[in-house]
Amino acid sequence: MENDVMELDVQKELVSAHGRMTLTIKAQLLRGELVVLFGESGAGKTTLLRMISGLTKPDSGIIKVGNSIWFDSDAGINKTPQERNIGFVFQDYALFPNMSVFYNVAYGQPQGDQLYVKELIQKFGLTEFSSRKPDKLSGGQKQRVALARALARKPDFLLLDEPLSALDADIRTSLQNEILKAHGINNTTTLLVSHDLTEVFRLAQKVLKIENGAITGFGKPDELFLNNQISGKVQITGSIVKIQKQDTFYLLTVVTGMNQLIKVTAFENDIQNLSEGDRVMVFAKAFSPLIMKI
Amino acid sequence: MATSFIETLLLTARLATLTTLILLVVGLPVSYFMAYSRFRFKPLLEAMVSMPLVLPPSVIGYYLLVAYSPNYWFGRFLNEAFDVRLAFSFEGILIASVVFSVPFMVQPLTNGLRSIPISLREASYTLGKSKIATFFKVLLPNIKPSLITAVALTFAHCIGEFGIILMVGGNMPGETRVASIAIYDEVQALNFDAANQYALTLFLISFVVLTLIYTVNKNSEPWKMM
Repeated sequence: MENDVMELDVQKELVSAHGRMTLTIKAQLLRGELVVLFGESGAGKTTLLRMISGLTKPDSGIIKVGNSIWFDSDAGINKTPQERNIGFVFQDYALFPNMSVFYNVAYGQPQGDQLYVKELIQKFGLTEFSSRKPDKLSGGQKQRVALARALARKPDFLLLDEPLSALDADIRTSLQNEILKAHGINNTTTLLVSHDLTEVFRLAQKVLKIENGAITGFGKPDELFLNNQISGKVQITGSIVKIQKQDTFYLLTVVTGMNQLIKVTAFENDIQNLSEGDRVMVFAKAFSPLIMKI
Repeated sequence: MATSFIETLLLTARLATLTTLILLVVGLPVSYFMAYSRFRFKPLLEAMVSMPLVLPPSVIGYYLLVAYSPNYWFGRFLNEAFDVRLAFSFEGILIASVVFSVPFMVQPLTNGLRSIPISLREASYTLGKSKIATFFKVLLPNIKPSLITAVALTFAHCIGEFGIILMVGGNMPGETRVASIAIYDEVQALNFDAANQYALTLFLISFVVLTLIYTVNKNSEPWKMM
């Protein structure tokens, strides 16, 4: 029970592409939650994840897990990553090229529990690749190994830094299921960095929205992202990639989070405050959309 | 003639092997430090390590001779405490050879370590492994080409070293007379056949060692080599 809550209250000065900013994060994470850290790149999401893992030191503040203090700038406490019971999945997977899939996973198992290693490998559908080296695996397989390896230590916290960003859209969908599976094992608290709304809605129980180093929202995805003022029943968000003028109206091409293209018509007065690159919501009233199984 | 030829080659091999072993033990931690530390005076250390590449052997040889001399504190200390005199001894040329070969061991290792993505080290730490465990289980196995290059280059360079050995070791058969010195000596004595024998042997050894490096590293990415 002692690892139920993680209390975060940290500050760090960052130099980003937009200049200097101070990352200020104060939040409480509950045991077993899957929280997505959502925000633009450069907002400080990865830094936050690294501060929790002990790979980056905050300038000041406290990180407390239950009764155990991981970081306290006033008391001079800063536990090493080794001392924090975490699993970390890197954007580039960071698999050890010299070890087979089995040994990559076994490397993270402190008690040398081979049965547990085999169980993890089997859970992530890697049994047949068990003796392969990472360079003989596809991107999706590598990410499954990285997930299995991060769980080998039976971590209290599973930290994932944009784990799907390097993968194709259709592999992403299947790996989102693997992430949910990973989250379910051992009742870990999972933190996932993402800037993809699809991922947020597929995975997140809660979203921690970060903009320019500060939290701008923390709650359920529906509460944060669905604009309830619109009574639409079908809502799709995406960005405008093209605006074409037809005779009397405009044709907008919108690409959605699922990488699908939607064509929408708009009139002169709709178009006035829209330009290419804008994020928009495409919605329809309850009875107009038609559905067909594909 | 034949026995002295064998004796000289064995001495040369012993010198090169010991130098390589000592440098491997010393060079690994130094390379780790050079690759990863953010120590403010690191350029100073990097310059020190690379000095043998640019200095004439006679400069380092001269300083070593001064250090070995019982007239100065280091030499006097060795003489009084251990009854050891390093000038013109095998131990003396061994130290000289170690000092002079440092860059050949340290530079490939440092470059190899630097080329490993940081996330590999970090992944190992987040899996609960210490820096030492990470070094031996993750870093070293992934710089094998650099390791082979470092060892082979150091060994080959030691066999070929001439100036510094002559300065601090002279030409004492069975003690400091290595093959490269023997060639010089035989030429001075107009024994061209003997000189030729040594020269050809050294030529072949160096050629084989270098071919070996390039063969072993053929399939590895070039950034891992040097």
